[in-house]
Amino acid sequence: MSSLRSRILSVSSLVISALLLSGCDLLLLNPSGDVAAQQGNLIIYSTILMLIVILPVMALTVFFAWKYRASNRDATYEPEWDHSISLEIVVWSLPLAIIICLGGLTWVATHRLNPYNDLARIAPGVPVAEDVEPLTIQVVALDWKWLFIYPEQGIAMVNEAAAITDRPVEFKLTSSTVMNSFYIPALAGMIYTMPGMETEMNAVMNEDGTYDGFASNYSGLGYNWMRFKFYTTDEAGFDAWVDKVRAEGDVLDRDAFVALDQPSMQHPVTPYAEVEDGLWTRILNQCVSDDALCMNDMMMVDALGGGGLEGLYNRELFRGICTADDPRALIEILRPQDAHREAALMSAIEGTPPLPPKSTTSSQTTTGPEGH
Amino acid sequence: MATDLTHLPAVHTDVHPFFGKLTWQSIPIQEPVILVTFIGVAIIGAAVLYLLTKYKWWGYLWSEWFTSIDHKKIGIMYMVLGFIMFVRGFADALLMRSQQVLASMGFEGYLVPHHYDQIFTAHGVIMIFFAAMPFVTGFMNYVMPLQIGARDVAFPFLNNLSFWLTVSGAVLIMMSLFIGEFSTNGWLAYPPLSGLEYSPSVGMDYYLWALNIAGIGTTLSGINLVVTIVKMRCPGMTYMRMPIFTWTTLCTNILIVASFPVLAATLALITADRYIGTQFFNAELGGNPMMYVNLIWIWGHPEVYILILPIFGIFSEVVSTYSGKRLFGYTSMVYATCVIMVLSYLVWLHHFFTMGAGASVNSFFGITTMIISIPTGAKLFNWLFTMYKGRIRFELPMMWTIAFMLTFTIGGMTGVLLAVPPADYVLHNSLFLIAHFHNVIIGGVVFGVFAGVTHWFPKAFGFKLDPYWGKLSFWGWIIGFYLAFMPLYLLGLMGVTRRLSQFEDTIYAGYFITAAIGALFIAGGIAAFFIQLYVSIRDRDTDRLRDVTGDPWDGRTLEWSTSSPPAYYNFAFTPRVHGIDTYADMKRHGYQRPTDGFAPIHMPKYTASGVVIAGLLTVMGFGLIWHIWWMASGGFAAAILWAIGHTFNYNRDYYVPADEVRATELARGPRMEPAE
Repeated sequence: MSSLRSRILSVSSLVISALLLSGCDLLLLNPSGDVAAQQGNLIIYSTILMLIVILPVMALTVFFAWKYRASNRDATYEPEWDHSISLEIVVWSLPLAIIICLGGLTWVATHRLNPYNDLARIAPGVPVAEDVEPLTIQVVALDWKWLFIYPEQGIAMVNEAAAITDRPVEFKLTSSTVMNSFYIPALAGMIYTMPGMETEMNAVMNEDGTYDGFASNYSGLGYNWMRFKFYTTDEAGFDAWVDKVRAEGDVLDRDAFVALDQPSMQHPVTPYAEVEDGLWTRILNQCVSDDALCMNDMMMVDALGGGGLEGLYNRELFRGICTADDPRALIEILRPQDAHREAALMSAIEGTPPLPPKSTTSSQTTTGPEGH
Repeated sequence: MATDLTHLPAVHTDVHPFFGKLTWQSIPIQEPVILVTFIGVAIIGAAVLYLLTKYKWWGYLWSEWFTSIDHKKIGIMYMVLGFIMFVRGFADALLMRSQQVLASMGFEGYLVPHHYDQIFTAHGVIMIFFAAMPFVTGFMNYVMPLQIGARDVAFPFLNNLSFWLTVSGAVLIMMSLFIGEFSTNGWLAYPPLSGLEYSPSVGMDYYLWALNIAGIGTTLSGINLVVTIVKMRCPGMTYMRMPIFTWTTLCTNILIVASFPVLAATLALITADRYIGTQFFNAELGGNPMMYVNLIWIWGHPEVYILILPIFGIFSEVVSTYSGKRLFGYTSMVYATCVIMVLSYLVWLHHFFTMGAGASVNSFFGITTMIISIPTGAKLFNWLFTMYKGRIRFELPMMWTIAFMLTFTIGGMTGVLLAVPPADYVLHNSLFLIAHFHNVIIGGVVFGVFAGVTHWFPKAFGFKLDPYWGKLSFWGWIIGFYLAFMPLYLLGLMGVTRRLSQFEDTIYAGYFITAAIGALFIAGGIAAFFIQLYVSIRDRDTDRLRDVTGDPWDGRTLEWSTSSPPAYYNFAFTPRVHGIDTYADMKRHGYQRPTDGFAPIHMPKYTASGVVIAGLLTVMGFGLIWHIWWMASGGFAAAILWAIGHTFNYNRDYYVPADEVRATELARGPRMEPAE
């Protein structure tokens, strides 16, 4: 039964894809990456499932319109007929049945193809080998170019990226300006990049080649040209590419990034042989230049109860507290008057549930810092 | 030199105390495209003004239309506004199509990105807010009170004010064409791009104030129509006896009342970000741009149902009238409408699956979206079974309906496809998405507007529209739609995204050329429609078009029991209703119009307050856009004072004497039985 159904599915999907592919190269239905291929297949399966109800409806529309035309006096005419329980059951349950199937498919496929999940396979029936770690690429959308940072290799590249065929890639994405969207159609679906936030996408490319990647969410004037090439080759080819970047590139430190962050269009491919430590964290927390407090530090200050008015002028005090080795000392510096609340503050810092308050501390807490 | 950053208009940071940011440089005469448009608009505008003056129509327009609080006249004015703005929005579409043809053939084209970006933004904003919304509001205004046997809407003056507030928004948008520039941020203006840092020019402010002001009008109109349906149905018309169009109007206006305040709040927050330095959507200072995206779509998704539900109502009326048959499954139609109304609030996240929500959240919103297709599918089946065992007359409205049933089904299917999150990951922001929503908006809303216009035109004006030109328009639209949007589906599947004005290679040229040819067919369809109007007005007194019965299509609902056009008081006697399809019922029982026993009718008086208040708020909007603070505060204060003054006007109603009612009713002539 199930083999028959899968046979029907595969035959009809073949027919449909043949029809669709006959005239043009529909990239999304015939991609080179396994994730995009699964997403493309889902398009075909869902379409077939829906055509089960769509095609009869369209055929019936044409048929009824023709059969019950006013000039056809042979057709039955029942102007008062307006209700039929059995037909009502059919018209509600037929779409319901299709949507139950499609809903199930959606639930399963959405969880299986969640871009945040590590890949389980690199191709149909080929699981990821246990000793293979994904290649990490950190992606920054700038006005109007893409910056790719390779933390393992310690290099970076503008408007060009490379990866190894059949090795999973883990993209970490953010934006230094407006909302954008990162899309390599042959590899996998798109994902938004947003300032101050990190999104993630896992994917794998199964064929060597040069692929188009681009911004797919309108981001202003230079949006048209926010494009890059994505190369996939074998391990040796990738190493050669890395060596070439190392040989030709400058250093991407904080000053270089601030300069790169200025709006520009059709930015040339630019290699960087070296990337300053912690640059990604600073980009993500929007504090590459020194005139801004890092967002994670600010959130920590907020978790500690806020910097107060004086915090406006003393922000140097707070810089880097997120990475401080001794959070207890922080409390001494930041809120000496709150030292008695140390346990509560520590739980806020470390994200652990607070201890049940003792009666003495709770009475003191309600007084608040101003009371002292 | 499109990639040169220096060609952008200078942003004036210094604000003149009297002129605000306005300078001579604000008038973009150096842009040839805009200059030509300006000259064209100036010539047409001058011609219209000349004709109005020559034939002394100003007084007539002012006293009979602009100040009118008759729901029928306001409904017609909404339709006129809709068609004017529709032509403007379509001109934008032609510009985009031609630019993409040139760009896909390897030329740079004639529109630089800064200009192209304004055009796609204006196209979206105008088509949704100032074409589609006036169309559906116009139908609801005109038809619904007649269908429920009411004399007018619940708050007639408010209705007039709502209309003029919508006009005010439209005026501001049109102004942006020649003074300053329009927003370049897309029709929903996501921050941070739409924030002050990335969009410092007045374009975004035009967007905000046009929508702020027009949005108030829409909300007020929604309240008005809900109250009208709840409180003013004639005796016997229980909820389950209301015509389906009235039901969809009720659900639509509940959606408006519940969702437009969300839009107002969202726009207020981003307006505050731009004007008074708040940071609601600035991540750098602790704000959250994702909040804006959520909020705007919490309004935005119900909005698409606000557009389509009344259109479903139109198709329901049309399919049952021209099949000469009761609507199949009235009760399930009502429940389907209500289910859609509720579910439309539970799906907004499907507009941004790719923003990084988890798999469970995405699946939830994907599946709720699919569930909406169940009541929609049931509706489609019900229309189908209304045709079954009917006697279908292929008048134009029925042709539009069949075209809708075939076209909308395809759009619905691609919509459900986009609701599958992993599929959406590859199709989001692509031309496939563009093809999908044009498929449902043109195949649904636009086809429905044409069906409705042809259906109710004889009711509104007393003569039918010429079918020959109507059929030409129909075929222009049908052929044009499929030529213009099927290639976009394919381009989407090839991985081409939206809002591009330049392309790297020329492999897409064939598709874009086909799409442009489709757009030309649609242009032909639009032209044929206007010729149809002209021919019909010219031949209005011929037997072929004149409607003396008030019931040219053998209608089934109460509006067809009045004369064409209806008397300004709608009904001399309040009708009494005994079932669904009241007028079909009355005709079957040999209903004769009373010729005696008329009583005086209580009616509201016309007032200029709506025009004046909306005009003052337009001035306020202009002042705010250009930071001309004296003008903004002056306009605001004057509008408020005028509104307060209006509340002291106690001379606002009168009685139509019984003799006048009698004379009007008898002048209608004997009711003729429709030809069997």
